[in-house]
Amino acid sequence: MPFIPHTDADVKAMLAAIGVASIDQLFEEIPERLRAGKLTQVPEGLGEMDVARLMTARANQDGSYLNFLGAGAYEHHIPAAVWEIVTRGEFYSAYTPYQAEASQGTLQLLYEYQTMMASLTGMDVSNASLYEGASGLAEAVLMAVRAHKKSRRVLMPQTVHPVYRQVVHAIVKNQAIELVELPHDPKGGHTALDALKAHASGDFAALVIPQPNFFGVLEEVDVLTDWAHANHMLVIGLVNPTALAILTPPGAWGTKGADIAVGEGQPLGAPLSSGGPYFGFMCCKQALVRQMPGRIIGATLDKDGKRGYTLTLQAREQHIRRSKATSNICTNQGLVVTAATIYMALLGPEGLERVAATSHANTLALVEKLTAIKGVTRIFNRPVFHETALRLDMPVSDVLRALEAQGIVGGYDLSGHYPQLGQALLVCATETRTPEDIAQYAFHLERIVSKRQLETRRAP
Amino acid sequence: MKTPKELKYTRSHEWVKVESDGTLTVGITDHAQELMGDMVYVELPEVGRKLETGKECAVVESVKAASDVYAPVTGEVSAVNSAVADTPEMVNKDPYGAGWMFKMKSASKADVNGLLDATAYEALVASETH
Repeated sequence: MPFIPHTDADVKAMLAAIGVASIDQLFEEIPERLRAGKLTQVPEGLGEMDVARLMTARANQDGSYLNFLGAGAYEHHIPAAVWEIVTRGEFYSAYTPYQAEASQGTLQLLYEYQTMMASLTGMDVSNASLYEGASGLAEAVLMAVRAHKKSRRVLMPQTVHPVYRQVVHAIVKNQAIELVELPHDPKGGHTALDALKAHASGDFAALVIPQPNFFGVLEEVDVLTDWAHANHMLVIGLVNPTALAILTPPGAWGTKGADIAVGEGQPLGAPLSSGGPYFGFMCCKQALVRQMPGRIIGATLDKDGKRGYTLTLQAREQHIRRSKATSNICTNQGLVVTAATIYMALLGPEGLERVAATSHANTLALVEKLTAIKGVTRIFNRPVFHETALRLDMPVSDVLRALEAQGIVGGYDLSGHYPQLGQALLVCATETRTPEDIAQYAFHLERIVSKRQLETRRAP
Repeated sequence: MKTPKELKYTRSHEWVKVESDGTLTVGITDHAQELMGDMVYVELPEVGRKLETGKECAVVESVKAASDVYAPVTGEVSAVNSAVADTPEMVNKDPYGAGWMFKMKSASKADVNGLLDATAYEALVASETH
């Protein structure tokens, strides 16, 4: 079915039926200055062959690199079966269904997804996903403020992804919610309890705890969670789903566990693909379920006693609760969630644990090789998951450009968002990196850095 | 639809009972619970919360919808019916009795006197259903 199924004749007949001369006339009550008019930046339509050619050319611009960049999106091996199954017709067209119960297959898949996510995070319930991690964090902040009722301030560590902080700020700033930044510990790269002490009894709705944080560093989640609860705040765990296979899940942090767990779902079966589409996941404790945006699927028995799936807790969604809905987003990333569900089903807890453990081991091996180079040092001394911040003795942008010329994406330049760290580079090695890949990176980095050191010595 | 004569009513379908000590007991009407259908959740205000006439102060959620409950008059919450939070179906079964939601103290008798009586409320419901 085409997106606009009406022919010119249909349109004319409809206009004639209501006695209007043109479609434009229907919009006359909107003042001219408020109308968008023609979309001048959108090019004319193209045929399929032309589109395929254009997209191939665009995709080729990305090139093919040996990748050591993480910073929020991670290159993992995706078993071929994942997208083979996802692209089956039954799943490929399945958006959140409007006649939900007629789509039992989609509901069952979401039910399985929610069960897996709740299990992975150690939380009671999961929704059917959000757009991506950053807006998911914003939804968690809004949810915490709704649930807390008394405060509209949220503690946001600097160790949270800088782009996430920007997105959250953009979404909550006009809702009179204040984000108070917490500095990171200069030695550990984590959020130290000392930084929090100034905010005790400071009237906050929630503390965000990233695990691992943006520097790859593991936060002291138990201590932070207990501190937040002792100070009457909710705890929002911002977590990497792969890492949860080997780390304590947010549901078990501290004495009472985190209240909300959110994060970016891309590592679970979604390719990097130039930045999207990805999906955000969100889980919470049972007590907060009515504040959680999005859909929850329940299992029940039909009149014949057979298992069936149904949408539950819809009453607070946008189509019923209107402006007072828990979120103005009532959609989810159905297709990418389908991929994640199949990915998790194929790997199982043991497979995911091996992905996480191998990524961790590869990153340690990478860091060992790179810090053996003169002029390359680790910035933080605390344990990491699969990323580490390194300090170089030359501008990071120069190094990254030189590595790119050798077919290597060397990592993320931290100096823009964290100038206090100096010439800082964030590197990542997932399970996809081999010892040869790591040796190749170390070889080229050493060459680049030593050449520069030589030039610096020669210069008078 | 039951509309006990001794109660006061709001245009937003709450009922108010003036107790002998002047305390007001508040719930939602039989008509409101009928419209909502089977209740699954009730969110009550905290004791001590200051309420303002016509401002939302509680939420009732049924299988069909979630609706706000509005403060009938300005005042302060003095007690809540936590039993109704555990068994929301009380609102359906006994909206004027065990299904009460909260008690409040109001400083103004005039506010309470300004609420609808049973006859006026019945007329309002009749006009809304036509």
